[in-house]
Amino acid sequence: MVAKTIAGKTVEVNEEGFMTNPNEWTEDIAVEIAKEEGIPELTADHWKIIHFCRQSAGTSGKAPTLRQITTGTGISTKELFTLFPKGPAKKVARIAGLGKPEGCV
Amino acid sequence: MSDERKIAFICSKGTLDMALPALVMGWAALGNGIDVTIFFTFWGMDIINKNRVDHLEIAPVANTSMKMSMMGIPGNLGIPNIVGILPGMTAFATKLMKDKMKALEVPPVREYLQMLVDAGAKLYACKMSVDMMGLSKDDFVEGVIDIVTAGDFIDMTEGAQIVFI
Repeated sequence: MVAKTIAGKTVEVNEEGFMTNPNEWTEDIAVEIAKEEGIPELTADHWKIIHFCRQSAGTSGKAPTLRQITTGTGISTKELFTLFPKGPAKKVARIAGLGKPEGCV
Repeated sequence: MSDERKIAFICSKGTLDMALPALVMGWAALGNGIDVTIFFTFWGMDIINKNRVDHLEIAPVANTSMKMSMMGIPGNLGIPNIVGILPGMTAFATKLMKDKMKALEVPPVREYLQMLVDAGAKLYACKMSVDMMGLSKDDFVEGVIDIVTAGDFIDMTEGAQIVFI
């Protein structure tokens, strides 16, 4: 684990770049990580997904799977893959300050 | 790396258990930004056949991995083949597996396929199998792009990692 400064805040990240303490996360950090992941601007739908993931992880302790995200937010698979191009699985979790999703679906 | 990585699955079996690997791994690949192509051939045609996709089954006969432990009976007790041949046993084994999948929030095959298509997977049907089984594009679920020859498949998967199921 290493300390990394994102959006002016020092946070702990693991070797894959996922934050290890979700409580250190802020919306500014999300904006910054999203840019690293090639998403220049977070829209209302992005935020809807991010907030759902954080809420879901708050209850289950794990980042939700993509199917849990689509069922939970009502955002379709197509839209999800457009909002987070080139593979939403890790991107969403990283931006939301959570660990890598553990489920398979 | 994920920018160039491509995976192609060849689905040649039509049983419920053999339909899932490409769906699960394909979905995982798409989630990680990897290009996914699935080629359905021979019995695997059942997975994209709109009259068959909701009726994929698993038979307990000669299935040495399907044990009573799946029904909560501890140990290695098998389902005797002579019991497996009784009418309704295949339906029973299929229901058992479908219930277990449902409990894990695994979507039914038709819905799973649609998820893959929506996420960008490219599905193709094998020309020889289509001809042999007397099928046409109208028999397939939405999302099957085309009926192609083995040669076409080899051309379009240049540089891909190929998984045969």
